[in-house]
Amino acid sequence: MPGLEDLYREIILDHYRAPRNRGELPSPPATRAEGFNPLCGDEVVLTLQVDGDTVTDLLVAGQGCSISQASSSMMSAAVKGKSVAEARQLIRAFKALMSIHESKLGGEGDDAGTEADNALDGVQLGDLEALQGVVKFPVRIKCATLAWNTLEQGLDETSPS
Amino acid sequence: MSLDVSLDVAALRRDFPVLEREFHGHRLVYLDSAATSQKPTSVIEVMDTFYRHTNANVHRGVYTLAEEATAAFESARARMARFLHASTPSEIVFTKNATEAMNLVARSWGGAHLHEGDVVVLSLMEHHANVVPWHMLAAERGIELRWIPLTDDGCLDLESLPQLLEGAALLSVTSLSNVLGTINDVRHLADAAHAADALIAVDAAQTIPHVEVDVTAWDADFVAWTGHKMLGPTGIGGLWARENLLEGMPPFLGGGEMIRDVTVDGFTTNDIPWKFEAGTPPIAEAVGLEAAIDYLDDVGLEAVRRHEIELTGYALRALHERFDDRITTYGPSDLSIRGGVISFLLDGIHAHDVSQVLDEDAVAVRAGHHCAKPLMRHLGVPATTRASFYLYNDEADADALVESLARAEKFFAV
Repeated sequence: MPGLEDLYREIILDHYRAPRNRGELPSPPATRAEGFNPLCGDEVVLTLQVDGDTVTDLLVAGQGCSISQASSSMMSAAVKGKSVAEARQLIRAFKALMSIHESKLGGEGDDAGTEADNALDGVQLGDLEALQGVVKFPVRIKCATLAWNTLEQGLDETSPS
Repeated sequence: MSLDVSLDVAALRRDFPVLEREFHGHRLVYLDSAATSQKPTSVIEVMDTFYRHTNANVHRGVYTLAEEATAAFESARARMARFLHASTPSEIVFTKNATEAMNLVARSWGGAHLHEGDVVVLSLMEHHANVVPWHMLAAERGIELRWIPLTDDGCLDLESLPQLLEGAALLSVTSLSNVLGTINDVRHLADAAHAADALIAVDAAQTIPHVEVDVTAWDADFVAWTGHKMLGPTGIGGLWARENLLEGMPPFLGGGEMIRDVTVDGFTTNDIPWKFEAGTPPIAEAVGLEAAIDYLDDVGLEAVRRHEIELTGYALRALHERFDDRITTYGPSDLSIRGGVISFLLDGIHAHDVSQVLDEDAVAVRAGHHCAKPLMRHLGVPATTRASFYLYNDEADADALVESLARAEKFFAV
């Protein structure tokens, strides 16, 4: 049985207690994206500045549980300064991290697992991997993915793929 | 059923098989009865027996089996009517749940009687089931919604009620808040509504399982309820409404059962209450509901209410003693106007994280906005944790809650 330590890894609690890149950029010029989790009331407000092909600045506001807020903080640290293409690759890789274990939990070595493996291929997730314990707690996956879905919305607005 | 005897919770617990389960090595401490209650063996078995011995569609077949099924279904209606002190079974309309019952009021009665500029008065403590149907009607035809504010203690602030009711067509309120536990004085509200020539609809989903309700003494016009919170199965609830109101209301859903005649040109409706029951109704669920009412009557709602007052008081004291100013609880401090519901915030820990730690100790609570977002906005919090009690909970359950919360506090300590 997964224990609390699988979910609440120390690095997650650290990001929750001391969130990085907290606040809001004036928008415009920054792009603003809001994500809600209607089931639990978690809220992520992203303001991001994309110059040319680079996410030059990114701030996070909102409120919610430790997983949603830590995931937002870790996402901001991972994405800031990266190119839009790299950010999109991270989004794909993170979502794969959240789904690869789901499919494994289902006990099937199906295509979803292979696709997820491909999306993860060669992507350095670093600290973000601490969030992989979340998949053992299926109701919390949406907490972890909220910030990333919100980032995707923001990127779609500034630089449609 | 003596007034002096308190509930034998240990004996009652044996009637609820799910309470024997363990999770993560701990016995289940079920503190989410405001979401749904657990079911006693008598309810489970009577439904099983119905399917094994009596199953047929109702109000259709001429054969004996169909007659038996119809009799069982209508017997549940009569039982529910007696339980609510309704004057006749035809005032009981079965629906899927209380939400559908509120939608029936809004769509059928509201659809026929409310027009642009008409006023419906709600309160800030309503469940979405008593908010969204009115928002939908407001968007469609421009009715005006007014909101009864709340006091700091989580009660309806009735000072402005006469002004709010001025020119109103309907007052629609909960009789027991699913977040605050506040018990509203329905008779007082009904008198105020009627004095203003308005009708009153009551969302009684949280009351009927716990407090004896007499719809006649309430002098209400509509009362919505649900079976699954009162030891019955999911999939059945209903609306009680005055016979003359139901007679004047147009049908809600169209289909079989609700018609008298159908031609290529149109249809005529069945008598009440069947006029509002399109399609095959929840038959086995009705049978289960009747068994649930029998169970509640055997235990006695007065004893249930007394038990919940004691247990809620015990839990509130224990929480405040243990966590002092690090816990915020919501709702009235006067236990005589409070049901067995405790919503709270533990300082610095989000409700979801609290309930995650509690789950590891097999303490089942609800975390979130409890389908009452206008209230959460009023309280200025995105989510709370809620523990709710019923007749099978005892002080050991409250103690388990406190101990598990202490563990959550330790786990998330900075």
